[in-house]
Amino acid sequence: MTSTVQTSTTTQVYRVYIKASAQAIWDAITQPEWSNRYGYTGYVDYDLRPGGHYKVRPGEEFKSASEAMGNQLPEIIIEGEVLEADPPRKLVTTFKMLMDPEIADEETTRITHEIKELDGYCSLTLTHELDGAPKLAAIVSGAQEEYGAGGGHAWVLSDLKTLLETGSSFANG
Amino acid sequence: MVPLVTDDDDRVFKALADPTRRFLLDRLFARDGRTLTELESELEMTRFGVMKHLRVLEDAGLVVTRRSGREKLHFLNPVPIRLIHNRWIDKYNERQVSALADLKAQLEEQS
Repeated sequence: MTSTVQTSTTTQVYRVYIKASAQAIWDAITQPEWSNRYGYTGYVDYDLRPGGHYKVRPGEEFKSASEAMGNQLPEIIIEGEVLEADPPRKLVTTFKMLMDPEIADEETTRITHEIKELDGYCSLTLTHELDGAPKLAAIVSGAQEEYGAGGGHAWVLSDLKTLLETGSSFANG
Repeated sequence: MVPLVTDDDDRVFKALADPTRRFLLDRLFARDGRTLTELESELEMTRFGVMKHLRVLEDAGLVVTRRSGREKLHFLNPVPIRLIHNRWIDKYNERQVSALADLKAQLEEQS
């Protein structure tokens, strides 16, 4: 009787509790001056309405570190489309990573950010639907960390929590 | 705030201090998004017992559930473990630690 929902196995769900307002968390996700301060860094550019664009440009440090290892980064490293924007509660976008041609060739994926106000803190839940994108799935799960691909969403969210709660993060030392 | 963080960490360590709960996390690590029925089928335990363990894991933030139609799917959430990792392992010695962990795994596989 076990009917397994096969598509669910390609979805990844992450949740972090942050002692900050929903608006502060929303800003940290959607504003470039915040997004360059934690996790993979980079400057986000969101047009926060359905059909609007979502782009990420690499930060200066990430750019020069990649060049030092012989990787010329494209101007836009992540590209997507805003599907739903309900500030400061819910943001749904498509997501395609353009840094690696093999990953860029995979299916376009979908990320949902949900922020819930609790008693003096918030939960942030990130759901990444990764159908047809196994290489990207490996990176965002943190499985490629030892090869220099970073710790994926768990790393990004824990760094975001640290930044909002203490004012500093791994990314900016 | 320090008390909140300490409280969170306590719950994570308590949740992990049980072989059944670690087994449930192992199953979700192998394949995420499972139903209670699926998880229950791999354990010699009542449905109620498995539910209780999943509740402890959920309270610790190690498992996040999500509805998909009529089913409730369980996902492994590694963020609390990451936060514990960040507390004692900084980005400069991360590589050495993972190299040693790899070496241990390799040597143990051979023996």
